[in-house]
Amino acid sequence: MLSELVPVLPEIVLLAAICGVLLVDLWVPAERRQVTYLLAQASLIITLVTLFVVQPEAPRVVLHGAYIADDMSLLLKAAILIITLLVFVYSRPYLEVRGMMQGEYLVLGLCGVLGMMIMASGYNLLSLYLGLELLALCQYAMVAFRRDSPRASEAAMKYFVLGALASGMLLYGMSLLYGMTGSLDIMEIHNQLVREGVDHLGLMLGMVFVVVGMAFKLGAVPFHSWVPDVYEGAPTAVSLYIGAAPKIAGFVLLMRLLVEGLGAMHAEWQVILAVLAVASLVIGNVVAIAQTNLKRMLAYSTISHVGFILLGVLAGTTQGYASATFYVIVYSLSTAAAFGMIVLLSRRGHEAEELSDFKGLNERSPWFALVMLFVMFSMAGVPPFAGFYAKLSVLRAVVQVEMVWLAVIAVIMSIIGAFYYLRLVKMMYFDERHDDAPLQQGRGFQAALSANGVAILALGFYPAALMSLCIAAVSW
Amino acid sequence: MLADWPLLSLLIWVPIVGGALTLMAGENGARRLALVFSLATLGLAIPLYAGFDTGTADLQFREHLAWLPDFNINYALGVDGISLPLILLTAFITPLVVIAAWTTIRYRVSQYLGAFLIMEGIMIGVFSAVDAVLFYVFWEATLIPMFLIIGIWGGANRIYATIKFFLYTFFGSVFMLVALIYLYYQSGTFDLFALHGQPLAMGQQMLIFIAFLLAFAVKIPMWPVHTWLPDAHTEAPTGGSVILAAITLKMGGYGFMRLSLPIVPDASQALAGLVIVLSLVAIVYIGLVALAQRDIKRLIAYSSISHMGFVTLGTFLVFLLLARSPEAAGARLGMEGAIVQMVSHGLISAALFFCVGVLYDRMHTRQIADYGGVVNTMPVFATLLVVFAMANAGLPGTSGFVGEFMVIVASFHANFWVAALAALTLILGAAYTLWMVKRVVFGDVANERVAALEDINAREIFVLGVLALAVLALGLWPAPLVEIMHASVDQLIDHVSVSKL
Repeated sequence: MLSELVPVLPEIVLLAAICGVLLVDLWVPAERRQVTYLLAQASLIITLVTLFVVQPEAPRVVLHGAYIADDMSLLLKAAILIITLLVFVYSRPYLEVRGMMQGEYLVLGLCGVLGMMIMASGYNLLSLYLGLELLALCQYAMVAFRRDSPRASEAAMKYFVLGALASGMLLYGMSLLYGMTGSLDIMEIHNQLVREGVDHLGLMLGMVFVVVGMAFKLGAVPFHSWVPDVYEGAPTAVSLYIGAAPKIAGFVLLMRLLVEGLGAMHAEWQVILAVLAVASLVIGNVVAIAQTNLKRMLAYSTISHVGFILLGVLAGTTQGYASATFYVIVYSLSTAAAFGMIVLLSRRGHEAEELSDFKGLNERSPWFALVMLFVMFSMAGVPPFAGFYAKLSVLRAVVQVEMVWLAVIAVIMSIIGAFYYLRLVKMMYFDERHDDAPLQQGRGFQAALSANGVAILALGFYPAALMSLCIAAVSW
Repeated sequence: MLADWPLLSLLIWVPIVGGALTLMAGENGARRLALVFSLATLGLAIPLYAGFDTGTADLQFREHLAWLPDFNINYALGVDGISLPLILLTAFITPLVVIAAWTTIRYRVSQYLGAFLIMEGIMIGVFSAVDAVLFYVFWEATLIPMFLIIGIWGGANRIYATIKFFLYTFFGSVFMLVALIYLYYQSGTFDLFALHGQPLAMGQQMLIFIAFLLAFAVKIPMWPVHTWLPDAHTEAPTGGSVILAAITLKMGGYGFMRLSLPIVPDASQALAGLVIVLSLVAIVYIGLVALAQRDIKRLIAYSSISHMGFVTLGTFLVFLLLARSPEAAGARLGMEGAIVQMVSHGLISAALFFCVGVLYDRMHTRQIADYGGVVNTMPVFATLLVVFAMANAGLPGTSGFVGEFMVIVASFHANFWVAALAALTLILGAAYTLWMVKRVVFGDVANERVAALEDINAREIFVLGVLALAVLALGLWPAPLVEIMHASVDQLIDHVSVSKL
């Protein structure tokens, strides 16, 4: 019986660590807050180690079908933990300078990670939903973290209202599915659908509500309106957190619910995802051109990337799922780096979140201009960066299922997208600087950001290892 | 011993690694480092040439490593008679660019030279890739250094020019990517030479051809998608114009020969008329446009488009000739003429842009009207410029004559009117080039600034002199170059004469 708990150990360890961090933080004086920070990082690392130690050989479903440990959960949880580790490194100087380095940010962040891990391993509707809500509640609180900023409060309010609406839709969809199939277990729902067929209006309704709820969470058009406001309104450290790892969690939710649970309804949800994907690609890329605020631009760029991820999923093949997995990991890595750059250029009393803040960066710091160039060209999908292989594999998956027209739309939108990424490169390299302040962040921060940038290039030179992990993760 | 080395990989990675090191070096170190690495690359090209067997059309110096095995994408390299001349050209031009920049570039030298070295490695990669995805990766990667080169060191209107350059070429190439992925699912391989044997229905071929055409027509460039080129060439710094004109344009011509013709021969045949008409428009109309230019660099840029018209004309003439007679007399002449034209134009346009660079460094203007009587103050320079101008106009004895002559003769085999229009370039080319020379070089000294000009120094004489020797050598004795390509061209013509339907 107790062995049932072994695969769940990473979550248990993290939960215990969170409680520990919370308690320790009470006794740590404000000027020695880095103790809390180091503890938080240590708990992430311990969780990561535990994750690899207790991973079972073959996929294992425990806790009465509520929890699964398989290759996908391992890969995506590892990605979530590593990226959150980076996110904490990047947020620290930002928060310290602004007097926001409180235990709450870290504890909420860790709770969010716990929620994401539960989403990655949830194997029935209830555990998936609980994981999602745990993550969402942490995020609402984090956005509102700077309570004296009207912009942040407004963003938090929007996020909360729309997020709650989305959760409601998702829950309603789940309840319909439960009503139709009589089970909460993903596996059981799948078997039921295969056995009884999918030709039922109630099932369709349930599926549609589930898709809408997830589209909200992922930020796919037309359910995207919260994304730019939250990215822009939240403190950069929080936008960074929200932008990076939770997208992986949202993606794994999509995989568990739609692909594993409702796989039999592939033909039905494929059409919906196609519409969402095309709309996201078009709106995301076109509207991003009009942005002058980098955080808003990244928000719209996120929306367009979500379009690409949905393309991979809707292909409905191992190839497609693997490509979407690869895409979402590369996406999180580049987003973390992009927000890291904003933090790098920010200082006390100055938020480097306008595009124009990057003007002349090549003269201030050639190396970090190069890192940002890697990130931008990777997001634009120009080889030899990781983003190119992400796009290549998605396009491949889409062409494989004879949907060449979707691939053509995607590449046309990539050309439009290339423009606003190029514009930032142009500002860094071709424009005169009007900000001479030296970069203030410490060695560790710079090393992490450099490693992040180099990883984007290295994954471009050698994508094979990550790609085969992604393929293994989705080969059921 | 040297033949066992992975020569092609070295040719690609030595300049790229050298470029990365140069980026990190200081001002003075960067110059020396860049020169060493570019000369090392040139040195590596010598055994490639020496070890190349001209008797076979097979790929040589093959390298093969699994790169993304899950996708069946390989790091596969090889050269044949079509790619070898272009690789040699790349390795030859880059050291000259480095030398020419020695004192003229003052702003961020290490980045400038590093970008050119990285660019060199990537371009050699384009010409030696045998895997379609690898080809695409190199193809697109050339955009990044060039984007920065034009944007950072370019002229007044550089930002407009460089963004236009990037988006135009990016636009062209992404459709090629879709076509390559589509081809993969038809054939199960990304190996370019395996794709040559893949049967395809006419409808598929047409769409694939159009996707390829978009990529290559923008790159080479053909009328009417040429408009990025005058802007990019004009605004780029001297080295950027040189590399753009001498090598990146050739990627388009190479693409036609490596991808379009052999992979979709039936569609190429069906649309050969269209390409030939567009080529003739480029030759004649763009030649007239060049006549009207007031900016020297713009004039040379338009002249490049016109000359590239010969490349596409010579390439697609093959189909007219095949239709006329099964033994395809003259087909080989046309195709080889196209390749010779690529190499020759690489040398001549590079030389002309270096010449403009020499003038621009002294006078900081590109307007023809600001010059006049340069020969009085810069006799050595004027001599060399006249040599290159003659070559550009296609004077016999220079390399410019050989390629054009071969293509024109081939087009006489095909159709009198095509030949007549193509031959117009002999008049137009002479007109715009010599008229430019007359206004810039000859006559009385036009103003005090021209009177104050100093003749070229030893470094400049070296760069232009080497190019002049190459232009004359190729013009007087083109046989070694033509010999390299015989077997490969024959095989390509045999291949396209068989329908894939």
